[in-house]
Amino acid sequence: MRVVVAMSGGVDSSTVAGLLHEAGHEVIGVTLQLYDHGAAVGRKGACCAGQDIHDARRVADRLGIAHYVIDAEARFAKAVIADFADSYAAGETPVPCIRCNQTVKFADLTAMAQELGAERLATGHYVRRIDGPNGAELHRAVDPARDQSWFLFATTQTQLDACLFPLGDMQDKRAVRDVAARLGLAVADKPDSQDICFVPSGSYAEVVAKLRPDAMLPGEIVTADGRVVGQHDGIARFTVGQGKRLGNAAMDAGTRQMVLATDPATRRILIGPRGTGTDTVRLRDANWLIPRPEAPLRCAVKLRARDELRPASVEATADGAIVRLDAATMPAPGQACVFYDGDRVLGGGIICRAMS
Amino acid sequence: MHYLDANATEPLRPEARAAMIKALDIGGNPSSVHATGRAARRVMEDAREALAARFGGEAGDLVFTAGGTEADALAIHGLGRGRRLVIGATEHDAVRAAAPEAAIIPVHANGLIDLGVLDTVLAATGPALVCLMLANNETGTIQPIAEAATLCRAHGALLHVDAVQAAGRMPVSLKGLGAHSLAISSHKLGGPIGAGALLLAPEVTAISPLIRGGGQERGRRGGTPPVATIAGFAAAALAPEGATDLGALRDRAEAAALASGATIIGCDAPRLTNTTCLALPGARAETQVIAMDLAGVMVSAGAACSSGKVAESHVLAAMGLGSLAGQAIRVSLPWNAARASIDAFAEAYARMADRMRAGLVPRAA
Repeated sequence: MRVVVAMSGGVDSSTVAGLLHEAGHEVIGVTLQLYDHGAAVGRKGACCAGQDIHDARRVADRLGIAHYVIDAEARFAKAVIADFADSYAAGETPVPCIRCNQTVKFADLTAMAQELGAERLATGHYVRRIDGPNGAELHRAVDPARDQSWFLFATTQTQLDACLFPLGDMQDKRAVRDVAARLGLAVADKPDSQDICFVPSGSYAEVVAKLRPDAMLPGEIVTADGRVVGQHDGIARFTVGQGKRLGNAAMDAGTRQMVLATDPATRRILIGPRGTGTDTVRLRDANWLIPRPEAPLRCAVKLRARDELRPASVEATADGAIVRLDAATMPAPGQACVFYDGDRVLGGGIICRAMS
Repeated sequence: MHYLDANATEPLRPEARAAMIKALDIGGNPSSVHATGRAARRVMEDAREALAARFGGEAGDLVFTAGGTEADALAIHGLGRGRRLVIGATEHDAVRAAAPEAAIIPVHANGLIDLGVLDTVLAATGPALVCLMLANNETGTIQPIAEAATLCRAHGALLHVDAVQAAGRMPVSLKGLGAHSLAISSHKLGGPIGAGALLLAPEVTAISPLIRGGGQERGRRGGTPPVATIAGFAAAALAPEGATDLGALRDRAEAAALASGATIIGCDAPRLTNTTCLALPGARAETQVIAMDLAGVMVSAGAACSSGKVAESHVLAAMGLGSLAGQAIRVSLPWNAARASIDAFAEAYARMADRMRAGLVPRAA
C-alpha cells in the first residue's frame, strides 16, 4: 500500500520508513519544516533548514523513496509556538508536543495522506495501534521507558484509524538502532533529540518573553494567608509544584514552600507548604478514544509525561471532564490528564487552572 | 515519467551534447599560448560570436558567466554603481537578492509591469538602473520591454533585461529591445547547466567585475571559462526550432485543467507558449506538486529553496492573487514535449483535482 511516513530526520522515523519500504510498501517520506532553524539557533546566514531535514533526505536517498519537505512554518508558529506562549501567559505549563501532534502532525498529515491517495500515515512514535471491534485502539508501547502514548491522547479516532506506529512493538531503543544499522541508515547512531524542538537554546523563557512579554513582568509571591513574601520575574517561569526560583520565599517559618497556583490577572504566585493538593481536576478539550462514557468511569490517569498512573473516576462533561482522584496531588494546569485502562488509552484532556 | 518543468531546466539538446563532447576532446585552457590553448580559445570565441549574433549584440560585448544568476548580479553590481536601482515586482530572486534596496515597480493583475509607475518613479529619481525580466519564470508573462526601454532612455536610466526564460523560447534581441544589457542562461535553452552570459549594448563601454581573478573575459569576469559547457550553450542556442507546436500542446493542457476546475493565471497577457500557471482553489500548491510527481508528472510551484521547502510565490502575490498565490502550480513544456506527456498530465490533474475536492475537509485551527 501507499504510506506517507512523517520523517523528522531522527533514527526513529527513519527506521519506520526503512521498515515499511523493506516490507514492500510504497513509502512517501514527508518532512515538516516547522520553524526557521537558522533564526532559532540565532546564527546569521544559517539555512532555514536544519541538519534534521538534510538527514531525512539522505535517508530517503539511501532507501530510494520519494521525499518531500512541507512548509508548515506559518501553521506551526500559530498552532504550536503562539499557543505555547499564550498558555504560559495564562498561568499554565503547556505541552507543545501534544499540540503539535494534534494539529500539524496528525490533523494535517492524515489529511495530506488522503489527498495523496495514501492509505496510511506512519510515524516514529512509541505507541501501539491495535485493531479492536470498534476501530483502532491506542495502546502504550512495549518499552515503558519510551512510551509516548501520553503525548498522543488528542489523536482523534478518525486520525488513529489512518495511522501506523511500527515502533510500538520494539523492545527498546537499542533494537530500533540495530534495525537502522542493518538497513544502512546513517542516522543509526544519531543522538536523541532533546526537549522542545523550537527552543534549541533550551531557554523556553526567551521564546515566551518574545511573544508574550506580559508573562515575564515581575510580580509578587504570596502565601495562602495573603502575606507578600517575595518578588518573582515572570509567572511564565513557574509551574505548580515547583520549589525552585522562589528565593528567600522558599522557606516560610522553617517549612519548604512550593508553587500552589499562578494568577496571570494579578501576576501573583501563590505558595504554600508541600503536601497540600487537590483530588478534583477539571479538564478541557477532552478527546475520547472510546464512546463518551455516560456514567463516571473508573480508570487510571496520568497527570504528567513521567508521572505514575493514579486511580480515579472520570466524568465526561459538555466541554471536557471532571477527574476525581482517589488520592490528592498537585496537577499542573496546561499539562494533560490521560485516561488509561491497563495499556490502552481511553482519552484525556488538558488540565484547567483551579477555580479560586 | 513526464517532464513538464522546462522553466527549471530544459532537457539537453542533442546538438549541445555533441558540441560538448567534441570540446571535451579538445581540452586545453583558452588562456594558454600554445596550440591546445588556441584550439580551446577558438571553440570559446566561436561560441561567443554565435551567441552575440543570436541575441542581437557584438561578440566583444558578451561576457560569459556561470549562469543567469551571475549575469544578473554582474549587471546590477557592475552597472548600478551610483545609480538608483529599480526592479519589477515579479523579478527572479537572482535580481531581487542582488538589489535588496531597490524601488519596486508594481505589476497589473495580469502580471504586466505598470509603465505609468515606472515613468513616475524614473521622473522622481536621479540616475537609475532598471531591471526587468523579458518573460516571467512562473507565469510566462512577456513584459513590454521595448516600451520600458524607451521610457528608461527618456529619463537617462540604464535598462538591464533578464531574458533567462525568454531566450530560446521567443525572438530576443538586445538591440531590438533597446536595452543596455541582457542576461541569458545556457540550461534554460537546452544547453548544459553551468554557463550564462551578460550581453552588453555597444554604448556600455565599462563594467566593473564581480570576480577579478586572472583577468579573463577582458577583465570583466575572472576565472577559467568552462569551454565545453560554453560550446554546448552556443550549440543549444543555434539549434533549429523543432516541429513541436508547444503553444498547441500548452493550450491542450490548459483546456484539460480548466475542465477540472483550474484557474489560469495571467492568461490575458502575452505569454511564453510553453508556460502555464494553474491555480486549483483550495488545494495547497506543494501538495499538488507532490500528487503530480507521484503520478509521474513533474511540475513545480513557487521557488524551492535549498531545503526543498516551497515558499509561497512572490510573483503571484504581486499579481494580487491573495490565497490563490499558494494554490498554483507551474507547468512548463520542454522543447521536446510530447503529446503523450500532455495526456498524462491531463489524466493526473483530473484525478488529483477529484481527490483534493474530496479531501477539502475543514481542519482544526
